Amino acid sequence: MQTFFTEHGTELLVKTWEHLYISFTAVVLGVLVAIPLGILFSRMPKFADKFISVIGVLQTIPSLAILAFFIPLVGIGKVPAIIALFVYSLLPILRNTYIGLRDVDKNVLEAGSGMGMSNWQSIVKVELPLAVPVILAGVRLSTVYLIGWATLAAFIGGGGLGDFIFDGLNLYQPVLIVAGTVPATILAIIADRGLAFAEGKLTSDGLKDSYKAA
Amino acid sequence: MEVASLLQFERVMKKYADGTPAVSNLNLNIEEGEFVCFIGPSGCGKTTTMKMVNRLIDITEGTIYINGKDIKSQNAVELRRSIGYVIQQVGLMPHMTIKENISLVGTLLKWPSDRKEKRAKELLALVDMPEEYLDKYPHELSGGQQQRIGVLRALAANPPLILMDEPFGALDPITRDSLQEEFKKLQKELNKTIVFVTHDMDEALKLGDRIVIMKDGEVVQADTPEEILRNPANEFVETFLGKDRLIQARPDVTTVGQIMDTDPITVTCGTSLKDAIATMRERHVDTLLVVDRDGTLRGFLDVEAINLNYKKAAYVEDVMETDLFSVSEDSLLKDTTHKILRRGAKYIPVTDGNHHLTGIVTRATMANIVYDTIWGEGQELDSLTATT
Repeated sequence: MQTFFTEHGTELLVKTWEHLYISFTAVVLGVLVAIPLGILFSRMPKFADKFISVIGVLQTIPSLAILAFFIPLVGIGKVPAIIALFVYSLLPILRNTYIGLRDVDKNVLEAGSGMGMSNWQSIVKVELPLAVPVILAGVRLSTVYLIGWATLAAFIGGGGLGDFIFDGLNLYQPVLIVAGTVPATILAIIADRGLAFAEGKLTSDGLKDSYKAA
Repeated sequence: MEVASLLQFERVMKKYADGTPAVSNLNLNIEEGEFVCFIGPSGCGKTTTMKMVNRLIDITEGTIYINGKDIKSQNAVELRRSIGYVIQQVGLMPHMTIKENISLVGTLLKWPSDRKEKRAKELLALVDMPEEYLDKYPHELSGGQQQRIGVLRALAANPPLILMDEPFGALDPITRDSLQEEFKKLQKELNKTIVFVTHDMDEALKLGDRIVIMKDGEVVQADTPEEILRNPANEFVETFLGKDRLIQARPDVTTVGQIMDTDPITVTCGTSLKDAIATMRERHVDTLLVVDRDGTLRGFLDVEAINLNYKKAAYVEDVMETDLFSVSEDSLLKDTTHKILRRGAKYIPVTDGNHHLTGIVTRATMANIVYDTIWGEGQELDSLTATT
């Protein structure tokens, strides 16, 4: 143990940082693209339902294969890894944003527009705040998945904790595999708890307790 | 042009995309301070009519004016902020506190926060709810309280016109009753014009200054509750009102002319007392009404007066009592009943505008009304007794 840390301590920190960097950049990009897209979709539900089921099929392509497909397009390294993971993060966030907005109580929307809310005011003041729990659940799910999948980035030279795992596999050193896996798991758990906390903070008190999540 | 009504429908028509007409050729003027109930079976176009006013539904043809101004000439969003709106499902924003909910229109109109706060407190006081409620969330309130807030929210920007779509429909009967009363009082106090959609006839009769009955997109009858009960426009209105309600409402709307006995027993001036006594004996009565030749009511004669004065006088006009209380044909039965009971009179003569005797209401006539009200019309009573 002691010898492992003296030997690999710095490397572990660097790899963990890389890992975080890759997965969080991908999630942030995913949030920036998928939430506005989800809002747009909520305005054209017919198209959205079809589109989301098509993307759902694409999502089933194995992640390793996606990474491989990106090599001819964007080469190897961190950027391709981030792009691939970003693509993966889109669907859960997009779908939850869309569903969260779609399922907002129609009576609340009617009351809002009846009182003179513009479309934009309705989105910002009513629909998004009400959909927050569902949208953030999508973000959380994406983040946890991505931290796991980011280990595969090593496969295309993206770095991160995956490097330990691949080294361990190649060199028959279980210690290295554990050194890659445990921090990745811990990161995922921390991210999950952190986002759950944020979800609680961002959700209005009025939506907690007895409010039936519409 | 005369002074414009607060709300005017002019040849308003709504056709849906597939060509089915929802409302056709609606013409209606609603005055300031009027409480108008739209009622009819589902699909009759009452809600569509209401939603055209704040442009939640577009008009196909015709025009709606608010204070003489065409609603299509105004921005829809601005228009809605100037009209109160209350729906059955309340639709309070679950993520906002009661204060935020009440002052929502204020927020949209960019009021400063102290103005919103002040207004929210004022409004809450109107329905006797303590200020602690300001910081609660909708789910912490009962259904009745939620709808009170829904009504307050509509009142917040003090709009002259408020649209209400079955606002009390989802409440339990007791809560509904108290909210109806509370709201009617509030409406009178604040002199708001209300367009109120309902399918509950009792509610419409209780609240409305005027009731607009619709069927298949057309107005069947638009009148005061009394007038509708008294003169239902057609069979549809009668069925819609229901027989029970018509019978029960009868004392309230029936006039004396409708139920009086049109063949009162009379004697003419100049008849001798002897003949008068003969008439009494013949008709088994102890009182006669005295009229002159053209039928004008002069007084009455009862058997005791004849007894006392038989020797002194010869003609009926010499002994008749002229201090006579009568009612006119178009007075309400309800009021007449009160008068008869209060005076302890056995009967009341009925006259027309020229004081000509046209009939009589006796205690027996009223007893018949009571029977009809309780047991229905004669035939029903017959069938009832036949089965027992």
